[in-house]
Amino acid sequence: MSDLIHRSASELAQLVASKEVSSQEVTKAFFDRSEALNPTTNSYIYLNRETAMAAAKAADEASARGEVHSVLHGVPIAVKDNLTTTDAPTTSGSNILKGWVPQYDATVVSKLRKAGLPILGKTNLDEFAMGSSTEYSAFGPSRNPWDLDRIPGGSGGGSSSAVSGFLAPIAIGSDTGGSIRFPAAVTGSVGAKPTYGAVSRYGLIALASSLDQIGPVSNTVLDSALLQDVISGHDPMDSTSLPNSLGSMADAVRNADPKGLRVGIVKQLSADGFQPGVKELFEDTVAKLQAEGAEVIEVDCPSFEYSVAAYYLILPAEASSNLAKFDSVRFGLRVTPDGNPTIERVMAATREAGFGPEVKRRIILGTYALSSGYYDAYYGSAQKVRTLIQQDLANAFAKVDVLITPTAPTTAFKIGEKVNDPLAMYLNDIATIPANLAGIPGMSVPNGLAREDGLPSGVQILAPQMQDAQMYRVGAIIEKLYAAQWGGPLISQAPKLEAK
Amino acid sequence: MAKEQLMSYEEAIEKFEVVIGLEVHVELNTKSKMFCGCANIFGNEPNTNVCPICIGLPGSLPAVNKKAVESSIAIGLALGCKIAPTGRFSRKNYFYPDLAKNFQTSQYDEPIAFEGKLSIELETGEVFEVLIERAHMEEDAGKLTHVGGSTGRIQGAEYSLVDYNRAGVPLVEIVTKPIFGAGDKAPELAAAYVHAIRDIVKSMNVSDAKMERGNVRCDANVSLRPKGQEKLGTRTETKNVNSLRSVENAVRYEIQRQAYILSQGGTITQETRHWHEDRGYTSAGRPKSDADDYRYFPEPDLVPVQPSAAWIEEIRSTLPENPALRKKRLQAAWGFADLEFRDVVNSDLLDQVEATVLAGASPQSARKWWTGELARIANSSNVDIAELAITPTQVAKIQTLIDSGELTDRLARDVVAGVLAGEGEPEVVIEKRGLKVVTDEGALIAAIDAALASQPDVLAKIREGKVQAAGAVIGAVMQAMRGQADAARVRELVLERAGS
Repeated sequence: MSDLIHRSASELAQLVASKEVSSQEVTKAFFDRSEALNPTTNSYIYLNRETAMAAAKAADEASARGEVHSVLHGVPIAVKDNLTTTDAPTTSGSNILKGWVPQYDATVVSKLRKAGLPILGKTNLDEFAMGSSTEYSAFGPSRNPWDLDRIPGGSGGGSSSAVSGFLAPIAIGSDTGGSIRFPAAVTGSVGAKPTYGAVSRYGLIALASSLDQIGPVSNTVLDSALLQDVISGHDPMDSTSLPNSLGSMADAVRNADPKGLRVGIVKQLSADGFQPGVKELFEDTVAKLQAEGAEVIEVDCPSFEYSVAAYYLILPAEASSNLAKFDSVRFGLRVTPDGNPTIERVMAATREAGFGPEVKRRIILGTYALSSGYYDAYYGSAQKVRTLIQQDLANAFAKVDVLITPTAPTTAFKIGEKVNDPLAMYLNDIATIPANLAGIPGMSVPNGLAREDGLPSGVQILAPQMQDAQMYRVGAIIEKLYAAQWGGPLISQAPKLEAK
Repeated sequence: MAKEQLMSYEEAIEKFEVVIGLEVHVELNTKSKMFCGCANIFGNEPNTNVCPICIGLPGSLPAVNKKAVESSIAIGLALGCKIAPTGRFSRKNYFYPDLAKNFQTSQYDEPIAFEGKLSIELETGEVFEVLIERAHMEEDAGKLTHVGGSTGRIQGAEYSLVDYNRAGVPLVEIVTKPIFGAGDKAPELAAAYVHAIRDIVKSMNVSDAKMERGNVRCDANVSLRPKGQEKLGTRTETKNVNSLRSVENAVRYEIQRQAYILSQGGTITQETRHWHEDRGYTSAGRPKSDADDYRYFPEPDLVPVQPSAAWIEEIRSTLPENPALRKKRLQAAWGFADLEFRDVVNSDLLDQVEATVLAGASPQSARKWWTGELARIANSSNVDIAELAITPTQVAKIQTLIDSGELTDRLARDVVAGVLAGEGEPEVVIEKRGLKVVTDEGALIAAIDAALASQPDVLAKIREGKVQAAGAVIGAVMQAMRGQADAARVRELVLERAGS
């Protein structure tokens, strides 16, 4: 069957289920393309044909026995390289972990294997997921298939460029402040951050434990929903994982109905100061929803003003502690300095050589924020802001079903444009951070190409905690409205990628 | 470092008021570790009871051991503490190679148990009330072995080995409030307090409670202030004092050392100190200040521990009797003299004697068996008396047979030997070895008549009323019966047959 690579994951799953194609054919098609194009996009840090094809073969054998292990059985997938895998090195984009092959699979990876999804490879990311562009990866930046001189977003730029460049039908990302949603927005793809705790974090190399959440990356809303259904559920290995199921996201997508929908526009994120083209597209989305009969209400979330500041205290604080274990004693890089190599000097030399500049910046920030005498002013205050943001959201959700915002203030910027301006880089996440601080679900769905640069923009949908189904419902409604206008998904307008 | 100059103990006590504070770490004997499923076993091959969680591999997450929480609550209740309805874990951040994650997961500002008290009775009968500030849960670190130096310490070592078997073993740290007013009894009180804690956790079976294995470890804080002064003096903290005698000696040493310095107009450095068991002195460790910056913050990977009131009450209902009260009760019930009772307690035989009494033996006979014959056997075969292959029920049974005249003391010792040799229950041993007292009077009379006939001079003496002469005949009869006769009955029969 031709053109497998442009099919959605749900279509591929159906083709495999009906035995029109084999998982091995699908996996080979994506693998061949990935091998050819990865030098161009740098989406993957690691690709392994042998293990992917072996998993595809196993999926086909299961199908032959009449076993279908999941709704995505046989569909290949890319996994962000901050999830542990026993059959592939796991680097988290850092030199300090170069060559480390974990002794255990992340819970999500185990679920993917059991669900019959062959893993194509491990995708690129900013080192330890710290960044919005993948430029902080020790393995070089990934490139945006819409314009190879531009960033594919971050930290999950490897997954977003793989999916939007059709190097994988779907991918796994992780989102601490927007690392799934921002890359989705700037590559014209779909990405969702589930409710905190919906997906087990066991085996996710922690950035900030109270903010991290694993989620799906795809080209359609249904594909993300199907993938979230596969990877979510309680895990006794993760104490913060939710005890109960949140229901079927795929059903929410299939039954999406705009009737009675109440949509909130956040006054503080209503696109003022955003790129004009992004602002216009957002206003267009609002108009489309109104035309569908949705009630649109402006809501006030005054504490959102402090969200970036609070985030850049909580995140570095937790990260400084989470990253302490990278000390050369038990795994990863070890650098032995000349002279008298005491353990302190070996640890220091290893961390000096192994960590990149953004990681060091945040470790220093976080160490400072937690220091005695500063704790109350920094970490303590940031936690209070977090509570206030949760209150703002509770007030807003008393009036509306979902909130929508532009996912990001701009379209994809050029590689190198912001890498030396951390503050500018941090502000990319202004609209996505509140969801992580509050633990609520958020997703980005494409809403057009910006007038001034012809690059994709996304609309973000936020729903109350554990109401991920509501978020998928609205995502599906918006997707359908645009498909009618464009005659297909936005991604089909992306330029054709050429091998180098 | 050599010993420092000391003031005589009597002079120190006369000039200064002693304030002590004790931190006791109790290692719990749960089957698995605090935050993972690894076995909690002492003495296995290094690094065999380890997993991604307790060696802190990237991506791993902790999950709280419910049994450890239960044991901690039980300890709190046994110390008369209040139990917190909700308690968070925190991270105590510092770099050290025995600490896999480079932070210790510990309770900080929300201990599970707080505000308790314990009555401590010294051997003199004086009773002190020790106030407990808190008891909190934490995890143990791994064990470092420094190789190549002369001291076994990290300074001067060529390299160090780390064993993570102990990493993550659950600990409860019990902290007293400052203890005032013990005067010259402060060292004795410190030891008695640690002894009491050890007895309590042992009676509850929440810890193996072996100080020599580090199951119970004490850090002793000592400070002095001139009599009449309100302000507390500067304290030192002597770490890891691991026997009751050492606790007493270390406190006494610190009192004398600090008194000398203060009397010379010097100042005490706030620091940790090491106790040198072999030579009986403390030496300076690292300086310590109240502002030691461990950058504590709430552990984001764990949800708070929230024991329900019903669970707490359930645990309370299973608490054993307080060991000190139990001793008082048993001594009174058994009517033992102080010396007899202390002998039982010091030999750690209270459980055995009590069980033997409960199985039907008189207290005095039970005591004599355990502190006499059985202690002698254990001692000469160099085994722990608790590990002898005889049960209190078996001892009681043997004693019952003595009381009923079916065994003589000598025969009973043979029965014990048989039981210890694994020959079976006492009855079986008696049967197999043919140890029953001869109660067939016909056989006895025949033997007596024969003995009397062969010693006519003795018979004559008996008939003259010199009954003490019967001894020679009794001896001959007992010999003929190979000891298996009741000597008292033989005596009666001899006199009867002699017709005196």
